[in-house]
Amino acid sequence: MSRLMEDVHPGPSRRARWIIVGVIGLLFLVPIAAMIEFTLRKGLGGGYDFSRWAAVFGGGLGNEYKPIFTGLGNSLLLAVVTVVVMLVLLVPTMVLVRIRFPKLQRVLEFVCLIPITIPAIVLVVGLAPVYSVIARMFGSGVWTLAFAYGVIVLPYAFRSIQTNLVAVDVVTLSEAARSLGAGWLTILFRVVVPNIRRGLLAASFISVAVVLGEFTIAALLNRVNLQTALVVVNKADPFVAVIFALLALVFAFVLLIAIGRIGGTPSGGGRRGRRGRRPLPTPSEKAVA
Amino acid sequence: MTATITSPVVPASPRAARRVRFPTSALGLVPFAAYVLLFLGLPTVIALVTGFLDGDGGFTLSNLIALGNPVVLNAFGNSLWLSALTAVIGALLGALFCYALIGAKPTGVLRSVVDAASGVLAQFGGVMLAFAFVATIGIQGMITVFLRDSLGIDIFANGVWLYDTPGLILPYIYFQVPLMIITFSPALESLKPQWAEANAMLGGSTLSYWRHVGVPVLLPSFFGCLLLLFANAFSSFATAAALTSQGSQIVPLQIRGALTSETVLGQENLAGSLALGMIVVMIVVMSIYSVLMRRAARWQR
Repeated sequence: MSRLMEDVHPGPSRRARWIIVGVIGLLFLVPIAAMIEFTLRKGLGGGYDFSRWAAVFGGGLGNEYKPIFTGLGNSLLLAVVTVVVMLVLLVPTMVLVRIRFPKLQRVLEFVCLIPITIPAIVLVVGLAPVYSVIARMFGSGVWTLAFAYGVIVLPYAFRSIQTNLVAVDVVTLSEAARSLGAGWLTILFRVVVPNIRRGLLAASFISVAVVLGEFTIAALLNRVNLQTALVVVNKADPFVAVIFALLALVFAFVLLIAIGRIGGTPSGGGRRGRRGRRPLPTPSEKAVA
Repeated sequence: MTATITSPVVPASPRAARRVRFPTSALGLVPFAAYVLLFLGLPTVIALVTGFLDGDGGFTLSNLIALGNPVVLNAFGNSLWLSALTAVIGALLGALFCYALIGAKPTGVLRSVVDAASGVLAQFGGVMLAFAFVATIGIQGMITVFLRDSLGIDIFANGVWLYDTPGLILPYIYFQVPLMIITFSPALESLKPQWAEANAMLGGSTLSYWRHVGVPVLLPSFFGCLLLLFANAFSSFATAAALTSQGSQIVPLQIRGALTSETVLGQENLAGSLALGMIVVMIVVMSIYSVLMRRAARWQR
C-alpha cells in the first residue's frame, strides 16, 4: 500500500521540491541577512565588526536604551498575565461547553474567532474609552493591557486547545470520572487538564509569541511594550533596535519550534493524534483547522 | 457525536438529576461571557457607535459623510488594492510552496522548520518587518547598495518609494506567504491518497490528477485562504506605522491619525466611522470566507 502510494504520488519530484523550497526559502532569508549585515556595519568608513553585539551582550548600553529594557520587562509581564487570563477564563469554559453544553460549541467557536474579523486597530477605537475607565479602577499599570491581549490571542489559543480537547475525547473521560464519583473540579483539574496539557502548553506558547509581537494596541493606548520601545529606540539608534528585533525573532522561532515538538497545534503533532486516535473529525474542528 | 457516546453510558435517572443541576454549571460560563462582552463586545460596539455621534454625544451622520472625503476614499482605495495585490501574490507563492511540501515527512526537520518559521513571520512581523526592509531596500540597504554599486541599478531613481504605499508591497508579501502556508497546507493534506490511486488505476497521469481531482477539490480552500490573506493585510497596522514616515496612506493609519489628533474640529469621531468602514469590508470578506470554507469541508470528510 505504501509503495503504491509513493508510486502514484501527485506531489513534486524530490528535485522540484528542493528547487521550490530553496528559491522561496532563500528569498525569505534575504531581509534577515540584510538585518544581520546592517548590525555589523562599522559606521561611515565601511567594514564590519561585532562591536554593537558586544555592547548589547556586555552590558555596555547607556541610559538612552532604557526604553528597550522597560519594554521587554513589560512585554514579559504582559505575556505571563495574558497566559493566566487565557488559562483561567478560556479553558474551563471550553471544557464545560465540550462536556455539558455541546450545543453551545458553535457559539463558542464563533466568539473565539471573532477577533480575526475585527482588526486590532478597530478594537483600539473602542478600547480607548474602556481603558480610561479601567485606569480609574485599577490604575494605569501596564498589566491591565493583558485583558485586551487575552482577546487577541483567543483564536490561536482556542484552536490549539480545541484540537487537543477533541483528540482525547474528554466527554467519555469525564463520564467515566463522574461514574466513579468525581465532582466537577476534580474532573477539570485531575482528569481533563492533565490530558490536554499539550494543547494548554501550545496555547500558552502561541499566546506568548503573539503578545511579544503586539504593537497596535500598546502604541495607540500609549503603553510601553517591546515593540513600541523598539520603534522609539530605532529613531535614535537603528542598529541596536535591529539587534533586539533579531533576538526577539530568534526567541519566537525557538518558541514555535517547541510548539511543533510538543504538538497540539493543527500544523504540528496534533494532526498525528487526530489521525491515530479518533475515527471521525467533527465539523467544528474542520472549520477551525 | 456526543449523544452517541453518552447515551449508552449514562442511565436515565442521573440524566434527570443533571437537568436539575443545569443552572449551577451554567454559572461556569458566566466569567468568560462577561470577559468577552467587556473586552470584545463593548469595544466593538463603542467603535461602531461613536461613528454616529457628534462631539457632544448627539446622533449625527456627518462622520459617515466624512467617509466620502477624497483623502479617506483614497486611503480605502490604497488599502484595498494593497491588500488585494499582496493577497494574490502571497496566495500563489504560498500555494506553490505548499505543493512543494507534498510528500515531505510530516514529522521531518523540513516540516517543523517551515511550520515554525511561517508562524513567526506571519504573526510576529509588524515592527520587525519594517526594520528588515529598511535594512534590505532602504536608501543604504544591503540590496539597494549592491544593485547600485555592482550593477549600476538605482531602485530609487524615481524617488524613494519605500516609505510610501508601494513600499508596503514587499513587506506585506513577506508576511502573506507564510500565512498562506499555515492556512493552506491543511487543505492539501485532505487530498486522499485513494484519489491518486484511483486516478492511476484508471490510467490517469499526474497532470490529469491535478486537472480533474486536485485543483477542483482545492479551489474553494484556495480562494478561502486568499480572502483570509486579504483580511490580514487589510487590518495590518504595525508594519505601516513603523515604516511610513508621514501621511496616512492606508485606512489603519487614518484611524491612528483620527485618534491621536484631537485638534481637527468636527472630526472627533471620525475614527469611529473609519472603523465602521473597515468592519463592513471585513464582514463581507469573512462571510464569503466562511461560505467557501464550508464548501471546502465537503471533501474533507
